[in-house]
Amino acid sequence: MPHIEKPISLELVGVTKVYPGVIALDNVSLNIRGGEVVGLIGENGAGKSTLMKVLGGTIAPDRGRIVIDGADIADLTPARAVELGIAFVHQELNPFGNLDVTANVLLGREIRKGRLGFLDGKAMEAKVSPLLEMLGTRFGPKDPVSALSLADQQLLEIARALSINVRLLILDEPTSSLTLSETQRLLDVIRRLRDDGVAILFITHRLGEVEEVADRVVGLRDGRSAGELAPAEINKDAMVRLMIGRDVSQFYETSGQAAGEIVLETRQLRTRTYPHEEVSLTLRGGEILGLAGLVGAGRSELARVLFGIDMPEAGTVEVLGETVPPGSVTEAIKAGICLVPEDRKSEGLFLDFSIAENISVPSLGSLSRHGFVDRDAELVLAKEARREFSIKAPKLERPAGELSGGNQQKIVLAKWLATRPKIIILDEPTRGIDVGAKAEVYHLMRLLAAQGAALLMISSDMEEVIGVSSRVMVMSRGRMTGVLQRHELSEENILRIAVE
Amino acid sequence: MHKKDLGLAVLVLCVGAVVAFVNPRFISPVNLANTANLIGLFGLFSIAEAFVIVTGGIELSIGSVIALLGVIFIDLIAVWGIAWPISLAIVLGLGVLIGLLHGWLVTRLHLQPFVVTLCGLLIYRGVARFYTRDGTAGFSFGSDFPMLEHIVAGRTAGIPHSVLAFGLAAVIAWFILHRTVFGRHLFAVGKNEVAARYAGIDTRRVIVSAYVLCIFLTAVSAVFFAMYTRSVQPASHGNFYELYGIAAAVLGGFSLRGGEGSIVGVVLGVILLQVLQNLVNLLGIPSSLNFAVMGSVILVGVIADTQISAYRERRRHMATMAGLAKPAADAG
Repeated sequence: MPHIEKPISLELVGVTKVYPGVIALDNVSLNIRGGEVVGLIGENGAGKSTLMKVLGGTIAPDRGRIVIDGADIADLTPARAVELGIAFVHQELNPFGNLDVTANVLLGREIRKGRLGFLDGKAMEAKVSPLLEMLGTRFGPKDPVSALSLADQQLLEIARALSINVRLLILDEPTSSLTLSETQRLLDVIRRLRDDGVAILFITHRLGEVEEVADRVVGLRDGRSAGELAPAEINKDAMVRLMIGRDVSQFYETSGQAAGEIVLETRQLRTRTYPHEEVSLTLRGGEILGLAGLVGAGRSELARVLFGIDMPEAGTVEVLGETVPPGSVTEAIKAGICLVPEDRKSEGLFLDFSIAENISVPSLGSLSRHGFVDRDAELVLAKEARREFSIKAPKLERPAGELSGGNQQKIVLAKWLATRPKIIILDEPTRGIDVGAKAEVYHLMRLLAAQGAALLMISSDMEEVIGVSSRVMVMSRGRMTGVLQRHELSEENILRIAVE
Repeated sequence: MHKKDLGLAVLVLCVGAVVAFVNPRFISPVNLANTANLIGLFGLFSIAEAFVIVTGGIELSIGSVIALLGVIFIDLIAVWGIAWPISLAIVLGLGVLIGLLHGWLVTRLHLQPFVVTLCGLLIYRGVARFYTRDGTAGFSFGSDFPMLEHIVAGRTAGIPHSVLAFGLAAVIAWFILHRTVFGRHLFAVGKNEVAARYAGIDTRRVIVSAYVLCIFLTAVSAVFFAMYTRSVQPASHGNFYELYGIAAAVLGGFSLRGGEGSIVGVVLGVILLQVLQNLVNLLGIPSSLNFAVMGSVILVGVIADTQISAYRERRRHMATMAGLAKPAADAG
């Protein structure tokens, strides 16, 4: 149990960090002390990650001072940061699936025995076990990491941080892939560590969690300090204002639009993940059908079958009464279906391709003559998309990977809209993008529905499901457990059906 | 032309100038024609290799395919007496089949390209040696095929036909890779196969096509090599040629991770490699050092490339910092 003997006191003064073409941090100051939880909020690209890297010693600031325990630290290296008790839990977890829990926790700090450097398994286990106990994990020190859920991997990372006698724990979007109960468990752990005297910097887009756990909130905007909220001032509206510098009115627009004719229908469709459950789904033009459910309910699997990525176990998908040949993305696109995938970086974009090339990928057929790409037409299309979707990118020839998450998501949307789809499937469309961009994505979704497209939105964000959907279908373990009309939508109603 | 290609072109010219200065025989017509001929021969399969590398794959069986198809081609026309156009069609057809097989193993059975083509390297070499009973496939004394020889090994206005074939292949390859939808798909698959699939690209077909194109072009080069050497000793014919192809592609800016590279680059890469070979001969460097010289130059080239990119990054960084300092100074 790490009862902190000497709580940390850390201060950043006027830190500036410049990347080629961008000022990531501009004169940012921040202080944090042992025994408090500070929420760090800001839109994507506001400089949160850079700030984290400065604290971890992986990048050196171009200007500014880092003061820890009253001493100026001129050259903070990762090793020095560890010595000082600064530990991270990164957003993207990369545990070694081929090793067990103990080996992962003590990786790089293995305990040796004898002169030949043999591993001392017993001593290592003895060191790790109490940490796991303290965190109340359901897994033991000998369990293989490959079998752990995302939430458990998160705890594993925290155990790793604790094993270096952490004084400042930095959590980057730790809850983005956790379920509700897992999130609660994590927040409990955070509170317990704080009470032990650990300083915690909590970075997240989920403002509800910040409200719940943070003692103080610090905002970043465009690489600058945007201000601070005292405990009494912490509420969602204030935080949104801090992040984007203005109020977001009409975050969710409701539409009174009546749904049109049936565009997509499934018949006796069963996915391979749940081969015994039939999913009957009807999707009408002009509606946004929310697809709610817990992680593992089979929603993404359904989307993959609809889009032809996976073969169905049985059954068919019909678009406007015509059967779509199964298991072929090309056929699905031809039928007018498109998918905005959950993992935009690895499934939605070519990060090194230019913005224009990304937008044109699915439309190359119509942008070409005799197999040759008409590069002028390609650029025209990209320019139109940039205007229509207000993509913030000065140069369309630059790689898409340089843009912020929100703008990247707009590119994914734009590339599909160029193909004039009838059915748009969105899998977690606003995951990891900031509040301002979220509002824009919702606005675009409304616009598309108004133009007659049918939208199917998979989302684990209850507030989003309720705010955006015209109708909600709830799934549980591969089965459709209920459909709720707009006026029946509430978090409670959805959850009740989702756990059936 | 990309900056990278430009740098490589400058390097080729510099090396050429130095060699010409030290030994003027380098620019004698005879030597130039010979070097050009070799550039043409090696260039054909280097372009072939580039098409597979850009998808993120690799083709290691090129040398063995050149030996096997060379043996078969000579056997067909010299022993079986089959008309050469038909023999050519058969050999090219075999090339397509081998390409299909490699593509099928990679895309359907999900084997790694390195493993598939390494097995190919061993198998085709073995089959070629067995086919000739470890002897040599060649033309019997006095037999000749004037038309075939003119087309493949002849010259027009002093330019070897292999060079013309290479030039033609390079132009076509440039259009395919840099201007067609298929080319864009090749880059897309190499850069991010999952995203390509999600964008509706038939990734399997793209990858199979790359292997087919590669071995087809390799088959063409096999015929050129067979007619150039006029006899094929399958134990050594084409040994290591795949490595020349990979080296040329890497020099030309192709990333072995896929999704990067240009045809201009690979052409320049081929030229540089052959000029280096020539340099070893003309400057009186022991020919045993041949590979060592080539390896060193590639290594230096790649190091220079990464260092120059890092330098450019730093300069951009400094420029941004300067831009940041100015308004601050104005304000203060």
